[in-house]
Amino acid sequence: MTTTRVGIEVSIAIADAVKLANPDVIAAYPITPQTHIVEHLAELVANGELDAEYIPVESEHSAMSACLGSAASGARTFTATASQGLALMNEVVYVAAPMRLPIVMAIANRALSAPLSIWCDHSDMMSVRDTGWIQIIAENGQQCVDNIICAFRMAEDRRILLPVMVHLDGFNLTHVIEPIEFPEQSEVDKFLPRSPFPLPLNPDKPVVMGDFAPPVIFTEAKWAHEMSIKASKKFIVEIWNKYEKAFGRQYCPLEKHHSDGAKVVLMTMGAIGETASVAIDEMVAEGQSVGQIKLRLWRPFPFEEMREAAGDADVLIVLDRAISFGGPGGPLASEVKAAFYDQAKRPKIVSFVGGLGGRDITVAGFKDMVKKGIKIAQTGSKNEYEIYGVRE
Amino acid sequence: MAKSEGEYTWKDLEIGAVIAAPGSARQYESGTWRSQRPTYDFKKCVKCGLCALYCPEGCIEENEEGYFEADLFYCKGCGVCARECWPKVITMIEEVE
Repeated sequence: MTTTRVGIEVSIAIADAVKLANPDVIAAYPITPQTHIVEHLAELVANGELDAEYIPVESEHSAMSACLGSAASGARTFTATASQGLALMNEVVYVAAPMRLPIVMAIANRALSAPLSIWCDHSDMMSVRDTGWIQIIAENGQQCVDNIICAFRMAEDRRILLPVMVHLDGFNLTHVIEPIEFPEQSEVDKFLPRSPFPLPLNPDKPVVMGDFAPPVIFTEAKWAHEMSIKASKKFIVEIWNKYEKAFGRQYCPLEKHHSDGAKVVLMTMGAIGETASVAIDEMVAEGQSVGQIKLRLWRPFPFEEMREAAGDADVLIVLDRAISFGGPGGPLASEVKAAFYDQAKRPKIVSFVGGLGGRDITVAGFKDMVKKGIKIAQTGSKNEYEIYGVRE
Repeated sequence: MAKSEGEYTWKDLEIGAVIAAPGSARQYESGTWRSQRPTYDFKKCVKCGLCALYCPEGCIEENEEGYFEADLFYCKGCGVCARECWPKVITMIEEVE
């Protein structure tokens, strides 16, 4: 295994990772903070460095529509978007997964309006929670590059055949420069064998895709989709393990950081988790029994892994960067509570919402959050969730 | 198709609910939607075929005697044919059990 390590903006690195995956079609529309990804891909195609069809569509709705057609014809297909773009695309995002079309999409997570914000939170991610796509969350630039490559393998695996989103925090990742190890092209080629869609659009053998389903068959179609995404988890893990064997970096549905045996566990998703890790490391060094769980796989949700990782903790503090308005608060916390509801032994779960619209949470902030979380676990709270850092 | 739609389990569906055998819509009995059906007084009919042209379902065909008649397996009973038929051959009547 040979690798080169370069200092590079993460968006450019993602585009280069897409190039390594050698897609046939890219259909995309630029939107902050995703722009650099598709801009660089357009550049690679225009310069003849990437032999792919780049379709500069007129909107995100068209981007995903073009991706449907492309993937349906058996072409390896990529797109990227963020926030309002993802919202505009939403209708077609829902179509891709039940049609089992292996599209890979990077999402530079950004808050949804209003008020207008270009900065990071996870409200866009949560707006597509139930679209039935596999959803992976990256914490740093290296994870973005590795997971883009893994995503193509997952999407096209005949045992999975589902579209895959790779979520990465806008600006906190897209616009920072990180040292990235790029795998060799020949190694990526070996890791990503071509596996065309089994029932593609083909004039010689016509098929009907995305057809009308009357009530008598709709439930069966939906259940087939649900069974496919539920079954995908073990193959996702298998592909991550193969990636580790080939490239040396290990991925799993959730990463445990000092969490084994810890009394108090903090759960995060996305780049902010690295800041939280610094806080956790310092607290561990001070002798506190704290740890962290970082979610890598949002869909399918790793229920078993979650119970195994946090079942023995006394307190589980969950940070969400999105609000389910008028509902239970944080969507992740809601999921975690559901995972533990019927367990005989379960931690006290404290839900925080913070980091909205690019609001920073510092190392000191995470220590404060853990302290507050422990207190709430002891005293209880009349709130469904706590909003972190709001000025009263 | 060997089976009717109601006999398919989720495991029987092709990947992504793709329909690999074209023309399956022919098996769908849209006639069950009907609350009225067309009746004909062919004595008035001039065999112009306007009803067949206007039928949104495309289910009206010329019979052996040259008259135009709806295939009730597909006819949804919309009444467009009755409205467009200028010699007033077609009358819509209520479907009764």
